[in-house]
Amino acid sequence: MTFNNPEDEQRFTDLTKDLRCLVCQNQSLADSSADLAQDLREEIYNEMIAGKSNSEIIDYLVARYGDFVLYRPPLKPVTYLLWIGPALFLIIGVFIAINYLSRRKKIVLSQEDQEYANELLGTDPEERDNS
Amino acid sequence: MIRKYVPLLIFLTLVIFLGIGLTRDPHLVPSPLIDKPVPEFSLPRLADADQHLASSDLRGKVTMLNVWASWCVACRAEHPVLVDLAKKNVVALYGLDYKDNREDALRWLEFYGNPYVESAHDIDGKVGIDFGVYGVPETFIVDKQGIIRYKQIGPITEDILKETILPLISRLDGSAL
Repeated sequence: MTFNNPEDEQRFTDLTKDLRCLVCQNQSLADSSADLAQDLREEIYNEMIAGKSNSEIIDYLVARYGDFVLYRPPLKPVTYLLWIGPALFLIIGVFIAINYLSRRKKIVLSQEDQEYANELLGTDPEERDNS
Repeated sequence: MIRKYVPLLIFLTLVIFLGIGLTRDPHLVPSPLIDKPVPEFSLPRLADADQHLASSDLRGKVTMLNVWASWCVACRAEHPVLVDLAKKNVVALYGLDYKDNREDALRWLEFYGNPYVESAHDIDGKVGIDFGVYGVPETFIVDKQGIIRYKQIGPITEDILKETILPLISRLDGSAL
């Protein structure tokens, strides 16, 4: 494949990196050497040469293979949980942490216990450090 | 005392979700073509390159389009099921010979039997791309209006045929044109 300018080549690389190869699903179209990935790279190249925009090319692939080809799934009702989930879990986590920390009881010693503690630890902070 | 069981509950929830995940095959990607018209195509016929098989041939009757190739090992496993189905005469079975050499394909059909009314020869796989094919064998069931109603990814087994495909065909057959 030959490109007229480096921008087009970069665009091709970026585009194929964001698209999933259906055959070896953990590889992008840019990485995969599967037969289908080669064919699809060629299709994308031809579409680019024909002057199609990135979104037109992506629509072309989604119409045939579904959202699954996209490494970045679109935001729509079925993917709400996917996109909002992490933030939701973070909020729940923060809430639990605040709840837990604020409920932790402050220990208040009776005078008697305080004196006993001082006696054990040494009343003078410096003396305590030296011991 | 319930608090004690919270970690256990979280763990069990995870186990259930991961368990469900294990039963699903990540290679089965839902096709966006379901309930859409058959992609337009016109390809040379496998048996006679001068004649064409086109998407318009898949109208007016319930049809099955099976994507196959002589190099496809899973197709060979599926083939007896298709040959049996063809004998039943319940559906017009068409083939899409995907990225295949004509001689190899014809020899393959001669050897294993030819269940297809016709096969289209998709030598460069372009029509396959329009159908969203990513792993042969794949099979589409098309209703009388030329709308795709079902897609099978991977070989059709006796069970799938009996439990899913045949009931669907008879349902589609019963519907008005």
